[in-house]
Amino acid sequence: MIENAAIEEAAYEIMRKAAIDIPEDYLNGIKGMIDVESGDLSAFVLQSMVENWEAASEDRRPMCADTGLPRYYVKVGDRATFTGGFTGIERALRSATARATHDVPLRPNRVHPLWRSEHNNNVGINAPEIEWSFEPEADWIDITTVHKGGLFGSDYRMLFPGDGIDGIKRFLLDTLIAFGKRGLACQPAIVGVGIGGSKDICMVLGKQAACLRVVGDRNPDPKIAALELELKELGNSIGMGAMGFVGSSMVVDCHIEVGYTHTGGMPVSVHTFCLSSRRATARLAADGTVSYRTDPLWFTPYMRRETVEWPSQDASLNRSA
Amino acid sequence: MAEPGRKLKQVRLDLPAKAEDIAALELGSVVFLSGLVYTAREGVYNRVLVEGHSLPPGLTEASNVNFHCSPAAAPQDNGSYAIGGVTATASFRFSKYLGDWLDRTDTKIVIGKGGMPRDDYTQVLAPRGAVYLTTVGYGTGALLGRGVKAVREVHWLEELGIAQALWLFEVENFGPFIVDSDCAGNSLFAQQGDQVNQGIAKLYEGLKAPALHRFGETDDRKDEVM
Repeated sequence: MIENAAIEEAAYEIMRKAAIDIPEDYLNGIKGMIDVESGDLSAFVLQSMVENWEAASEDRRPMCADTGLPRYYVKVGDRATFTGGFTGIERALRSATARATHDVPLRPNRVHPLWRSEHNNNVGINAPEIEWSFEPEADWIDITTVHKGGLFGSDYRMLFPGDGIDGIKRFLLDTLIAFGKRGLACQPAIVGVGIGGSKDICMVLGKQAACLRVVGDRNPDPKIAALELELKELGNSIGMGAMGFVGSSMVVDCHIEVGYTHTGGMPVSVHTFCLSSRRATARLAADGTVSYRTDPLWFTPYMRRETVEWPSQDASLNRSA
Repeated sequence: MAEPGRKLKQVRLDLPAKAEDIAALELGSVVFLSGLVYTAREGVYNRVLVEGHSLPPGLTEASNVNFHCSPAAAPQDNGSYAIGGVTATASFRFSKYLGDWLDRTDTKIVIGKGGMPRDDYTQVLAPRGAVYLTTVGYGTGALLGRGVKAVREVHWLEELGIAQALWLFEVENFGPFIVDSDCAGNSLFAQQGDQVNQGIAKLYEGLKAPALHRFGETDDRKDEVM
């Protein structure tokens, strides 16, 4: 049985880890970009960021003062048992958010959209966002927090089948150029591209692609994997580096996620996860132990299932029979 | 690994910044500051310039550096404040306040994210002997947080909240910042942007035309964009 109090403590801990410690995959990705960056200003920026991440970890201080919009992704195993129910988990995540905002400290960014009033704790109506997913056969709960910036670097466009891959490239270039100038997208970033679904799911898929997959990860569909690399190269060929200075450091990696969509359309979303790519995951095991990591492992075969059944379902049914 | 940044000149400035020090700043130099820096953004600008409240007494004498920043700060039980990360917010949004604010406060250095609209360098900053420094990255929140040694004063915390309040920081080796603009009104962002722009057209060469056009490509809302 997983206790509700343990869920809150794990959520509190990943809030701190996400804000302070840069994930290893992203750090290594940036170090690799410094080696090939020919623009002096852009290279200086990246080197300063590496020093900044070291200072953050040493001082246990947030790597960036705009600590973004904290949010959660929760994956619950079919066989997980826990106290407090699902609303108990949501309450625990809201409480952890409020406590961590004061203790880390995080910037209380969340305000009412109209009245600009706030509780100084990053909690409010529909905040923090909590997205749920499920995993067959598992008996654990994974909680991931992402602190993504909220203003620049993401966009949505309804394309059509006739636009094809060229249309996706045009949209990606438009977005990276528009938000890359002066570095508003805080590049080089992990770029997530959502293709298909309905409009809302298209945005969700692109954001998850940017925030929940690590540098170097490839989509299991080999043709989509090739497109990921092609779009990454395209972004890095713009001639723009960190802060919009002359250079080549725009895209650390590109991740694409797809969803079946209306036969007449091809909605596309683009998301840039900034130079402070804050993500951290906790796994609460059935015996109550907690382990921490930076790879959310969000996109499982179950998440990308294509028909009614999924690869491991037969085995799952046989075992429970 | 190469040694990036080895070609960039480094400068240390004591605050309040003297006119001759500001005049000597070159585009693309890396700057570290020691002295007093205050934060102000739209909340403070609105309070003073629109609502007509007085500036905190002694502010203009204490500091001539305006940082476009909302610190990650938390009040402590003993009445002090813990400052975690410190980074800038995008400055171009504050353009409409800039001239009046510089006149009211005699501010000579503006620090922020991403620079100002192009005309502001020649029309607003340079005529007042003021320059713009940009934060690096964005942002080096932990490095800048290290540079903040103490909160000297905080004003309008109750009225404006943590993010919008006016914070007066004692700073030491506070940086890095990059010199964006000089007293002649030149801007590094403008120069670099021009250079990047030269390569943009060829990126789109060979891509077929979109199936659907959009407002934004045309300013005329009577046009059909299909």
